[in-house]
Amino acid sequence: MSTIAVTSRSTRRGHVTEGIVFTLFRTGTYFVLLCATYIFLDIGIKGGQTVFQKAAPFVNLTFLTEPPQTLYVFDYQGKKMELSDRQFREWKTTHKEEVEVTSVSYSAGGIWPCIVGTALLVIGSMTLALFIGISCSIYLSEYSRDGRFIRLIRVAILNLAGVPSIVFGLFGFGLFVIFFGWNVSLLSGWFTLGLMVLPAIITASEESLRAVPQGLREGSLALGATKWQTIRKNVLPYAMPGILTSSILGIARVAGETAPIMFTAAYAMRDEMPWQVPHWTNFFFQGVMALPYHIYVVSSKIPQNEYTERVQYGTAFVFLVVVMLIALTSILLRERQRRRLSW
Amino acid sequence: MVSLVEMPPETLTQQVPRQNDRPVDETDGATVMIDVRDVDFAYGGNQVLHDVTLEIPPQAVTAFIGPSGCGKTTLLRCINRMNDLIENARIIQGAIYLGGTDINSPKVDVVDLRRRVGMVFQKSNPFPKSIYDNIAYGLRIAGIGKRSQVDEAVEKSLRGAALWDEVKDRLDEGALGLSGGQQQRLCIARALAVEPDVVLMDEPCSALDPIATAKIEELIHDLKKQYTIVIVTHNMQQAGRVSDYTGFFYLGRLIEFGTTSKIFTNPSERRTEDYITGRFG
Repeated sequence: MSTIAVTSRSTRRGHVTEGIVFTLFRTGTYFVLLCATYIFLDIGIKGGQTVFQKAAPFVNLTFLTEPPQTLYVFDYQGKKMELSDRQFREWKTTHKEEVEVTSVSYSAGGIWPCIVGTALLVIGSMTLALFIGISCSIYLSEYSRDGRFIRLIRVAILNLAGVPSIVFGLFGFGLFVIFFGWNVSLLSGWFTLGLMVLPAIITASEESLRAVPQGLREGSLALGATKWQTIRKNVLPYAMPGILTSSILGIARVAGETAPIMFTAAYAMRDEMPWQVPHWTNFFFQGVMALPYHIYVVSSKIPQNEYTERVQYGTAFVFLVVVMLIALTSILLRERQRRRLSW
Repeated sequence: MVSLVEMPPETLTQQVPRQNDRPVDETDGATVMIDVRDVDFAYGGNQVLHDVTLEIPPQAVTAFIGPSGCGKTTLLRCINRMNDLIENARIIQGAIYLGGTDINSPKVDVVDLRRRVGMVFQKSNPFPKSIYDNIAYGLRIAGIGKRSQVDEAVEKSLRGAALWDEVKDRLDEGALGLSGGQQQRLCIARALAVEPDVVLMDEPCSALDPIATAKIEELIHDLKKQYTIVIVTHNMQQAGRVSDYTGFFYLGRLIEFGTTSKIFTNPSERRTEDYITGRFG
């Protein structure tokens, strides 16, 4: 009798604990979901008002295809006028009256140069990081033999992963911008961002390489393949989907970080587009505008009002879409590679 | 003739029968394809082969038998230097000759060696590519890229591995869609495609059902007309069925080596007899 009672009490306690723990986990998950939904809805609704419009073509093309301009706001004959820099100058040629004008920086026009700049930064730095990262991971997982030196390298890579992005920014500023004399440029930004995501890419690539069964390496070597032939034809292709998955996360990080580029690559405002350079070599040595830096500038560097909020949310919205699109491309690329493998 | 301490002389001096009409080049000692002499082998400080000496004749099937951990697979992997991949694993004494050449000499290119000595692994390892690409792999890395030439070699190897009729209509399908037995025969075909002299087989049937095993054994029987085959097996009956010569290993030593009929019916060593009759192992 007594044993049964004891068992049932402890069982009941077990059930209560089970219930509490389960509720805790579920609440945690719902909390994350709630936060994410709020953020996406907030940016989607407010940003959507800037990016989309009621009349055809329903998308605010000006916002997506033009560089930022100063917005001029004034009352004229009882009507409220909101004109961009260019429109205001045209308006002035026909209207000679003096008006009291409020000017709001960056709040007219669009963010096209920022979209282009971010795309260029992502493409360049990811190419660089994947090239160095894959080389490094191939060395670590396929060629190197375990020893003190290799362990030291691994510790260094882990430490690199923990370095805050602002420190990468300062490092890039010191090394690339000043010491190498590249100035604030795409090249400096590529290297700084590339170094920042390098540890993540090395670690993930190495995992992917190690996940390729040893039997495939031995099978290839036993057929008289050299080590490099084996890696190139029978190891790397199978590791590529995993490497690309890791690079998706890298893309989001590279596209999103402001700190590393604010000293090395980003301009608050630039009139020329990146391809408007006198000579093709100048392409690498020009600063660009970038979406995260633009958000930073319009949210904290200029006086705030209703007009700046439109740009902030609009930019954030476009930024999310751009990152999603780049990630999607990467996912499609991975799926195509996976299909080719016929696992 | 190198003599073995533990082996009665008659097993060594046994006349090696010529298996077929391949012209014999007297200078390279055609009755010995692979000559293993006094080999000591160690993984780091752990010596796993002790003074192994044996001569593997050409165009015959030689089986290595023995309980787990006796060193038979290690010796097999020495023959195509697969052990080079393992850190600190090395032959500490003795040498292995393939057709009279020391395979560990610095002059020997390990890539060439492995092209001459093919290998089939215990766990079948078809590449996650199409059936065609699996077979063509060895040719392509050897620099043979001409479509007609590769086509021909693919068909020939698949026929050689008795797989052609089963897969000829789906050469472009993934090799991983094949059954376990077919996958293993694909691996054999892949090894044959580069036209090796020797095929090493490391327990090729250990993961297969009896029907697939029978097919592979039949295949091995056909292959010995052209190739020198060395097979490691746990399965005593299999060794008895497929091999012409058998070496019995125990605790890193070659206990006895001779024709299969001799080893199985009239072994000279007590331990061989105990193992074969199932008293241990």
